[in-house]
Amino acid sequence: MPMPIDKDMVKRLGILSRLSIPEENTEEMVTEIKKIISWVDQLKDVNTDDVLPMNSVVEDMDLPERKDEITDGDIRDAVIKNAPDQMDGYFLVPKVVE
Amino acid sequence: MTDLVELTMAEALEGLAKKEFTSVELTQAHLDEMAKARDLNAYVIETPELALERAKRSDNRRSKGEKLGLMEGIPVGMKDLYCTKGVRTTACSHILDGFVPPYESTVSLNLENQGSVMLGKTNMDEFAMGTANLTSYYGAVRNPYKDKTNPNKFLIPGGSSGGSAAAVAAGLCMCATGSDTGGSIRTPASFCGIVGMKPTYGRCSRYGMIAFASSLDQAGTMTRTVRDTAIMLESMAGYDPKDSTVVNRPVPCYQKALTGDIKGLKIGIPREYNPDKGLNSDVRHVWEQTAEKLRQAGAEIVDINLPSTQYALPTYYLIAPAEASSNLARYDGVKYGLRVDGKSLDEMYTNTRTAGFGKEVKRRIMIGTCVLLEGYYETCYLKAQKVRRLLCKEFDDAYKKVDVILAPAAPETAFGKDDDSTKDPLKMQLYDVFTVPSSLAGLPAISVPAGYSETTGLPIGLQVIGNKFCEETILRVAGVIESVSGMSIRPLRVGGK
Repeated sequence: MPMPIDKDMVKRLGILSRLSIPEENTEEMVTEIKKIISWVDQLKDVNTDDVLPMNSVVEDMDLPERKDEITDGDIRDAVIKNAPDQMDGYFLVPKVVE
Repeated sequence: MTDLVELTMAEALEGLAKKEFTSVELTQAHLDEMAKARDLNAYVIETPELALERAKRSDNRRSKGEKLGLMEGIPVGMKDLYCTKGVRTTACSHILDGFVPPYESTVSLNLENQGSVMLGKTNMDEFAMGTANLTSYYGAVRNPYKDKTNPNKFLIPGGSSGGSAAAVAAGLCMCATGSDTGGSIRTPASFCGIVGMKPTYGRCSRYGMIAFASSLDQAGTMTRTVRDTAIMLESMAGYDPKDSTVVNRPVPCYQKALTGDIKGLKIGIPREYNPDKGLNSDVRHVWEQTAEKLRQAGAEIVDINLPSTQYALPTYYLIAPAEASSNLARYDGVKYGLRVDGKSLDEMYTNTRTAGFGKEVKRRIMIGTCVLLEGYYETCYLKAQKVRRLLCKEFDDAYKKVDVILAPAAPETAFGKDDDSTKDPLKMQLYDVFTVPSSLAGLPAISVPAGYSETTGLPIGLQVIGNKFCEETILRVAGVIESVSGMSIRPLRVGGK
């Protein structure tokens, strides 16, 4: 059974997508999701028996494989330059081990 | 010298070749025009030093008789979705604050290699999610056109490539890049009276384009004429080993397609794009009138059916958010952009994303996450992917009968920033009704100005949709529409001449 669309679901979606939904906005979000899900429900009128899901419009093309060789590198400083917090060429994050 | 901004790109290329003016002069004229029209908010970053330096290099290449590019010396606007080495790129999101890419997107690199000169980064809806350019962290863009019944009304330029469209329409660049996921080039092109083309999915590389919905995102062009579109598309398209979905086939000289001859060409008019409700009568009138003019030019007008059209919007609004929720998972406050501290790693992620994403982006991430939940995945996401295949098949069948399809680009003309419809996301989605089906099918489509609304005086764009890789055919038809429309190809000078 699909999870009912309620405050608990919005909390769950918030956890999964790492977004904090303020308590006062939860009800609005429930209504919003209910509206969308009932709107897209019209797709059930379309007969899709024996139809395969389509991931890409270029599915007739083989996935190209490039040669397994190093094409760049030695750009650590350029990559790390954008990090909000860094030290000695490492990305810094809050402590994860107690 | 300021009159240089009135030129089309093709005219400017000729003037540069004849040494009537230099790229530095052409570039400076556009920089001056940008300074006069800042209230449009079309650019989020201007890069005058870089532009003049590139223009100077272009002039040097020319004077030394070196090999010249297809867009040698032409000033362009770059949608802020394209990563540009050393120039801040944020997709107009707070979460990418201060991000300066260490690499260049393939499309912007191709344009640079063809000699063009980047003037700056253009405003857009945050992560390209929007139809009106109202979701940008850097504020709304103003459409240079005015509603003649209410000239003081702040009109939106359409979205998501709204900054690019406004900049091209106002002469703040000769052309600009756009990107189109569900209509983000064609809608603003229609609202701003310019030509906007989304080529076939796989025609242009997506490398270095900030991702929204990867199975739909495609780079495209925004120009004031169809010929300029042909030049720009040839400059930016092509194979790229850095994008596994780009198709390896030669890029033709698109200008050669502009023969003006459409005799015997079959043009399909889809019944489903002409609903009783929800299509502005001025738009319908321009559509009918244009079809008649094309018939007089020798084309055959054929009624066709695309019966599943009504299911395209719900299909799109399942697939696009699902892909977006996955693509946007990378913004975690660690590698680039904004960070908002928290006590734990998880809390830092959540605080960063909550503060960094705007309302519409959060809404789509939540919806995308929902339709991928167990219990919803099959009935929503997988179902949408199946309907997508049916929609593609209907287009395949249609192209057995016709060469191109002619339809409105948008059901309305540009609307006001504070109109009621802008408050309701579901209503806003309806503006994509005519652009989304061809996006889902990965087809090339161009929006070309075809007339003005009698009521408001605002421009109306029509869409020519082609079969895969038939860019040349739709350019040819668009060229004829341009010449019979009687529309101006000159910019609207909002800052005065």
